[in-house]
Amino acid sequence: MALPAVAVEQLVDWEVPEKQIGLWADAWQRFRRNRLAVLGAALVLFLVLIALLAPLLAQFGIIANPLKQNVSNIEAGPGQAGFLLGSDQLGRDTLSRLMFGSRISLSVGILVQAIILPIGLAIGLAAGYAGGRIDNLLMRFTDIWYAFPDLLFVLVVVSVFGPSLLTIFGAIALVSWVGLARLVRGQVLSIKEKEFIEAARSSGSSPFKLILKHLLPNSLGPIIVTVTFGIPNAIFLEAVLSFLGVGIQPPTATWGQMVFDGYENVYSNPSSVVFPAIAIGFTLLSFTFIGDGLRDALDPRMRR
Amino acid sequence: MAVIAGRPKRGALLPSRLASLTDSRAGSLAIFIVRRILWMVPVVFFVILITFVLMHLAPGSPWDKNGGRQLSQTVVNNLNARYGLNKPVTEQFWLYLVNVLHFDFGLSYQYEGKTVASLIMTSWPYTVAIGVISFLLIIPVGVGLGVLAALRQNSRVDYITMGFATFAASFPNFVVGALMVVAFSVLMYKATGGNFFLPAAGFGPDDHLVLPVITLSLLPIAFTARLTRASTLDTIRQDFIRTAWAKGLSERLVVVRHILKNSLIPVVTTLGPTFAFLVTGSVIVETLFSIPGIGRSFVVAIESRDYPMILGTTVLFSVIIALANLAVDVAYVFIDPRVRLTE
Repeated sequence: MALPAVAVEQLVDWEVPEKQIGLWADAWQRFRRNRLAVLGAALVLFLVLIALLAPLLAQFGIIANPLKQNVSNIEAGPGQAGFLLGSDQLGRDTLSRLMFGSRISLSVGILVQAIILPIGLAIGLAAGYAGGRIDNLLMRFTDIWYAFPDLLFVLVVVSVFGPSLLTIFGAIALVSWVGLARLVRGQVLSIKEKEFIEAARSSGSSPFKLILKHLLPNSLGPIIVTVTFGIPNAIFLEAVLSFLGVGIQPPTATWGQMVFDGYENVYSNPSSVVFPAIAIGFTLLSFTFIGDGLRDALDPRMRR
Repeated sequence: MAVIAGRPKRGALLPSRLASLTDSRAGSLAIFIVRRILWMVPVVFFVILITFVLMHLAPGSPWDKNGGRQLSQTVVNNLNARYGLNKPVTEQFWLYLVNVLHFDFGLSYQYEGKTVASLIMTSWPYTVAIGVISFLLIIPVGVGLGVLAALRQNSRVDYITMGFATFAASFPNFVVGALMVVAFSVLMYKATGGNFFLPAAGFGPDDHLVLPVITLSLLPIAFTARLTRASTLDTIRQDFIRTAWAKGLSERLVVVRHILKNSLIPVVTTLGPTFAFLVTGSVIVETLFSIPGIGRSFVVAIESRDYPMILGTTVLFSVIIALANLAVDVAYVFIDPRVRLTE
């Protein structure tokens, strides 16, 4: 049906925004407006910078070697004997150990997500798309998986295979992918029934294209949020392992290990437990803020 | 999810003799419970299988020493014979299953001549004591804070409560516990000259419980408060609440009879996971406060590769968690008449 010329003119005359705001630009705007999320992102960026620069700073002697013991100045308070944040029971510099510890925490947090993302996506997409037996198998499997609390399973795996960096990453990844796979499956199941999928299918899209072009991009928001919340969870698990003494072995500086060491000497040197504890707490808090911000930004319907 | 709303597929897979049972609500509830209990059997079986396989994949044997003099081959052979490790792995697994069915969890490797069951029974009461007290604290405090925050939405009370909940949910409990020890044990001891402080270690039916219970409860309280607030906000906006106010009921009546009753339904479902958290949280809290409970003995068993002890504790934990989830699912049916049973 052809429109009369006047109507077309009226349509054109409508005030159309100069620039089309896409989903991602829109989300970015909402994220930026969330002050806590921006604060969290700034803190995390700062932490990444510290983690990257720590070896360089130690090389040039700006911060002390995290492993160097200074036996004449053990358990120095903050500011004493040239230790900005004090020293531990072996006279090692707390500030420097904190900075090096951030490398372990951040790499656990991010690498674990990098490991589980392809696994969770593949299994979640397969189960959600194919349904039927594969789906059933996955669901039964996750039922069993959920009977193990995360921490217990990680503890058992690490006790069996020894506390190497690889085992710890692997064990944490092993307990983390299930949640992601379940989420992806749920997303796919709900999107699969939408009209545009039907349209794509009826116009001859291959299943492969359907998954990559339609199902995946449309479930990206919740996936990003889940992965973001997975980072603090992985950092927490690694810190607990170190705290319980079955994590990455000394003398490597990790935050959990530092809390443990400081806690053993808490009466004579309380500051050596306070600083690593604060570092862990605020790092996790920052990621939580980012996660909350992303959820609000990427899923406007969720907002209260 | 075992419990979902909507129409059930009644008696789909049941023999006709049982089909009449499903006609009544009580009958379908009974069948639901039986099915859930039966489903626990494969779950626990796989938990045992996975843990068992992991232990036998472990490089080396439990008799390896970290440095120092190694045991002679004769001694190792004798130990293997004593603990049945010389049998084929499949036979060991079968024997273990049969023994577990008789509540026999084997002998501990680290304590000569002690059974795993007796070790668990000595440490278990400490864990239960702290867990139960925490549980009794979590429900009223978490629900109270959540309802308060929702009723005074966007007020200062709301912001403070939710701020606290966010902090408590992000700070890991070993960090919170360690910081509390610094504040209430060390600094307070030093400030008051040792007259007033909270003990940081050991177990006693007195102020020894304060720090461990708070450390264990903080995260579940935060979760409960958040959830209660969200569901109360949902309930408040319902028509029947407006009706209740319009009828001129007192605030107490509206809140207790109408709001709480409905907003607590989703909270009940989290009690299962909360229970699971109390079980695993005890591993951290008992290490932190040197409490001789089952969590502490689990960590010790892991450090010394005491496989029967690890296996026994894992099985016990998974059974408890499965039972807790079952109890929640059943309770849910009683609390919310809208829920129908499926699967």
